[in-house]
Amino acid sequence: MHVAMHMSDGLVNAPTALGFGLVAILGLTVAAYQARADLDERTAPMAGLVTAFVFAVQMINFPILPGASGHLLGGALVAILVGPWVGSLCIAIVLVVQALLFADGGLTALGTNITNMAFVGVFTGYAVARAMRPLARRSRAGLLTTSFVAALVNTVAAALAFVVEYTIGGAGGAGLGTVFTLMVGLHVLIGIGEGVITAATVGAVAAARPDLVYLLREPAPVVRTTGEGVAP
Amino acid sequence: MRSSRFLIGFLLVALVIAGGLSYFASPEPDGLDSVTLNGCTVTETAEGEQLDGTCIAQNAGEHQLAGGPLADYAVDGRDGTTGLAGVIGVLVTVLVAGLVFWALSRTRGRGVRSGGG
Repeated sequence: MHVAMHMSDGLVNAPTALGFGLVAILGLTVAAYQARADLDERTAPMAGLVTAFVFAVQMINFPILPGASGHLLGGALVAILVGPWVGSLCIAIVLVVQALLFADGGLTALGTNITNMAFVGVFTGYAVARAMRPLARRSRAGLLTTSFVAALVNTVAAALAFVVEYTIGGAGGAGLGTVFTLMVGLHVLIGIGEGVITAATVGAVAAARPDLVYLLREPAPVVRTTGEGVAP
Repeated sequence: MRSSRFLIGFLLVALVIAGGLSYFASPEPDGLDSVTLNGCTVTETAEGEQLDGTCIAQNAGEHQLAGGPLADYAVDGRDGTTGLAGVIGVLVTVLVAGLVFWALSRTRGRGVRSGGG
């Protein structure tokens, strides 16, 4: 059986793959720098386990249409639980482990995969969750709703990021309109699954340890002395 | 709930999902895969999959590490080893991520924020 969950090599041309490889390196450098403020002896082990959890759940493809399945991307999930900077590192680590150990996701496609899922997915999910934070803090139903919506949006955003990459340097012959329609259509359906998994997971963590849910913490978990736009 | 108990529980859930629930995963291509193959016909050959037609993946290459011991979420390509591959993946991931985040948390004091309040 051939198992591929992420972009393989050769979907975009070499310059595009290289360009997004540089985007990934730059972005991960910034994320690692910013993530330090959100990591302490309590949140660092949590971040490690959230990463392993995303790896595990990404293995579970669920059916969406005859002949097509979907799986968790995890952007909103990690952003809500550990914050966007740590979260983008979580997703990037999952993608690197999958590419190197499981031959899932091409090596030259790592830059595009990291851009789509670790950056676009995580930060879009976080933006939605952040905008809905008053609701998320009001009640359990509010938190679940926020998680669901943020996850649905992060899935479609990551799919759109792929369409952008294909527009820039697609190596195949498929037409852009068709690619756009299919990617968005399928990922709205996948996003519903992503939303259900994200809401269930965030709900379970919040029930056991609400202090470990980044989104629910007071305005900032630490005193920030540097004022550069890290504002969560 | 105590931190250690919560974290161990979280890890066990991940292990059960990767080690057991993974056998019930849909074998159909995921959303991206089905879109990249849309328009092509896939033929299984001795050398792997051959694509004919016009689609996104028409120039896609075989993974450079396709011959690796855990490639395609199986141990040495053997059927029925998805769960074991998943358990190994969870353990490797938690080790790698744990190391990365522990190392980053150790460097936190340097210029990111003032120590005690």
